[in-house]
Amino acid sequence: MTAPVPTLDQRPEPGGAGCLLEVDDLRTSFRTDRGMVRAVAGVTLNLERGKTLGIVGESGSGKSVLARSIMGIVPNNAEREGSIRFEGTEISGLSQARMREYWGQQMAMVFQDPMTALNPVLKIGRQITESLHEHLEFSKEEANQTALALLKSVGIPEPARRLKEYPHQLSGGMRQRVMIAIALACGPKLLFADEPTTALDVTVQAQILDLLQFQQRERFMGMILVTHDLGVVAGRTDHIGVMYAGRIVETGPTRTLFAHVRHPYTEALLQSIPKIELPSHSRLQSIAGRPPNLVNTPPGCTFAPRCPYAQDRCREEEPPLIEAEQPGHFHRCWFPVGTPANPAYNAEASAEATARGEATFDRIAAAKADAAREDSTASAGFAPAPTAVDGEADADAESSVSAAGAGNVGGIHNRAGDDDAPGGGRPRRRQPLRARRQTSTTDNGERTDGR
Amino acid sequence: MAGSGTAHLRPPDETLLRVENLVVEFPSKRGKVNAVSNISLDVKSGETLGLVGESGCGKSTTGKAIMQLPPPTSGKVLFKGTDLTSLKSADLRRVRTSIQMIFQDPISSLNPRRRVEDIVAEGLRIWSIGDDASRDRKVDEALETVGLDPSTAKGRRPHQFSGGQCQRISIARSVVTDPNLIICDEPVSALDVSVQAQILNLLEDMKERYQLTLIFIAHDLAVVKNVSDRVAVMYLGKICEIAPPDQLFAQPAHPYTAALLDAIPVPDPTVKPHEQPTLEGDLPSPVAPPSGCRFRTRCPKAQERCAQEEPWVREVASGQFVACHFPLVGDDAPPVDQSTTMQPQAAPASA
Ligand SMILES: Nc1ncnc2c1ncn2[C@@H]1O[C@H](COP(=O)(O)OP(=O)(O)OP(=O)(O)O)[C@@H](O)[C@H]1O
Ligand SMILES: Nc1ncnc2c1ncn2[C@@H]1O[C@H](COP(=O)(O)OP(=O)(O)O)[C@@H](O)[C@H]1O
Ligand code: SF4
Ligand code: SF4
Ligand SMILES: [Mg+2]
Ligand SMILES: [Mg+2]
Repeated sequence: MTAPVPTLDQRPEPGGAGCLLEVDDLRTSFRTDRGMVRAVAGVTLNLERGKTLGIVGESGSGKSVLARSIMGIVPNNAEREGSIRFEGTEISGLSQARMREYWGQQMAMVFQDPMTALNPVLKIGRQITESLHEHLEFSKEEANQTALALLKSVGIPEPARRLKEYPHQLSGGMRQRVMIAIALACGPKLLFADEPTTALDVTVQAQILDLLQFQQRERFMGMILVTHDLGVVAGRTDHIGVMYAGRIVETGPTRTLFAHVRHPYTEALLQSIPKIELPSHSRLQSIAGRPPNLVNTPPGCTFAPRCPYAQDRCREEEPPLIEAEQPGHFHRCWFPVGTPANPAYNAEASAEATARGEATFDRIAAAKADAAREDSTASAGFAPAPTAVDGEADADAESSVSAAGAGNVGGIHNRAGDDDAPGGGRPRRRQPLRARRQTSTTDNGERTDGR
Repeated sequence: MAGSGTAHLRPPDETLLRVENLVVEFPSKRGKVNAVSNISLDVKSGETLGLVGESGCGKSTTGKAIMQLPPPTSGKVLFKGTDLTSLKSADLRRVRTSIQMIFQDPISSLNPRRRVEDIVAEGLRIWSIGDDASRDRKVDEALETVGLDPSTAKGRRPHQFSGGQCQRISIARSVVTDPNLIICDEPVSALDVSVQAQILNLLEDMKERYQLTLIFIAHDLAVVKNVSDRVAVMYLGKICEIAPPDQLFAQPAHPYTAALLDAIPVPDPTVKPHEQPTLEGDLPSPVAPPSGCRFRTRCPKAQERCAQEEPWVREVASGQFVACHFPLVGDDAPPVDQSTTMQPQAAPASA
């Protein structure tokens, strides 16, 4: 069974709910040769302790910039406006040095690609104990014990041996577990998981998501789960925010949102997922066109050029955040799907869609509940299967693959700032993705997809 | 060994590619890595074979062994009747224009210093196919069919494109020499859902337009189902199950296929939840694979026999082949005479 980490006394007092994070009209823009790239264009959200918020959107919609802006990890060419309150304290004006005090202990991040986020020349143990020394001033012995307990708690078999190994000796799923252990090391209250499973395959993905969810509950953290896959957030979040071109275009409690999809973009995202029950060779519904140029965003609704329901009004007036019928459900659309205002409205089909959405949610929730029950009785769930042999040989090949593909997303936890902020402690060892992106966005203004 | 045998192979004259008893081993400090252990596959002309399995199960190694990059440790790779493993390097390189590969990481698989035009034309130049003008035309045509504007794209370098656009460039590069077979190794795994849909649709269009035969490697079952005519499920260097996708997913016969299906996070209510618990743990090490059926250490249905005897590929329903003693579809495997299990060639024929 995944034992709670004994040496950490940051364990939450479950009564301590309340607003953990309040973000108000957050805007992050990048100064580039072509002009200001408005990556986050006015995002408002809040999160309580013990709750999970899913942020979903296409590549380039601003999900990572949003998460990094909240953590205060922005490059020098960025301008950030708006308010960010953490447990009631305004943190948007804090210096990098002051923010450092928040990283690890208050908020931490798990990145998409564990291989590039971990330091390849440091043993796993060192990477965990480092932040314990730095933030919690643990003694060597305490830090080692804590590191061991952490590895155990994230389901790593033979943790004592793993502490002495290097990242390339672990499989992809195992590395992501280590990343999670590092993120949890100082007992953060808020955990960002930026596409934590995109680099992993389905079975490992399910394990890692289960682990994150378990830890989030166990530690009563607030969690922001960033992904491009609505399937990933469906059963694992309390709230969802759908992002498009730097804005939240639809948000609501997860169940409500699935049952009453209102924004055409959310609808399109759902439709583009290949579905296992459709016959093979079914034509997929991709979203026509490409995301807008973030330098000169056209007036009106940013989704209008790709929206099948767009009308004149959409191209002229920007839709504000409008409250839908259900409490807590908002969208930015003049002609929301599933309502009479939409040109394709069909009462019957909408009712069906609602039922389908509710059924989805219920099915996933039920499956999750079952799994949770099993976990509490047996040692299943997050503990490694007793029979599983480790996969070093795997790791050999994977490391060579990652080396070839180096230059993917990442940054190191706790010191993620080094990635973007110059003068960071760790030497760069890969082509910074931001730089590439910047070129592709700014040189031709048409970075559209991919990650 | 979970899944040796050739019961699922079709007559050689009906297939474009036939892989027999493919074995790929790598030396390592800890011992021999059994990356691919005696698998057999075939693909008919115009067909798409999907290859699925967890990362590390040997999908890419299989793809590369077919390309002879590097050649397999043993086994045959018959392409249009010629065994590629017996070819000398000059002949082999000629054949390689007919077999192309598309890789997972779209950005790093393209040479960052070269312009798109040169990247796409590479195969034509190497083989001196056509003159400059006709090559130029072919490159334009390929770029246009993958949805890129040749006039703006040709002069740029890969880093100026997004992941989805780089994957389009890879596809253009791979079709320009008019290949027969393209091995797509996780071509959409690094892309987000909406771009993935565009690229999958594009591959289907290209297949029709250029009369292609595809091997499509992926770990996402829904993606594989969407593009394939036949799907092979791999586990730790072995074949578990081969069947047409609609059949395989409606009624998986191998416990591993069922477990994979369970792990999919699909936001759709019409999918029935499966009974099996989701898969736990990691893939065992291919240096010391489990005896008998390689899946037995994680299989909810494993029994004594699974540790002793390797299941052979056999037909359990029309067109559905599985390597399991106790499949979820069809009857349990009949007891096998130990003397025949030792020799893959003498595998019992399909039921
Ligand atoms: N340092 C930078 N300078 C200029 N533009 C940037 C910079 N960092 C990000 N951007 C741009 O901001 C936009 C949002 O990027 P972001 O990384 O947040 O997208 P994302 O939604 O996380 O995408 P993905 O799914 O690919 O991770 C993109 O257009 C990107 O090119
Ligand atoms: N060059 C190599 N040297 C040693 N082991 C390798 C090499 N290439 C692949 N392997 C091993 O072979 C197995 C299969 O790898 P691979 O074909 O890349 O899997 P997949 O593509 O299914 O993820 C893995 O255990 C991997 O570690
Ligand atoms: S406001 Fe108009 S263009 Fe925008 S999403 Fe709604 S219908 Fe489409
Ligand atoms: S039942 Fe036995 S033979 Fe079949 S997959 Fe499980 S372990 Fe292998
Ligand atoms: Mg991102
Ligand atoms: Mg691979």
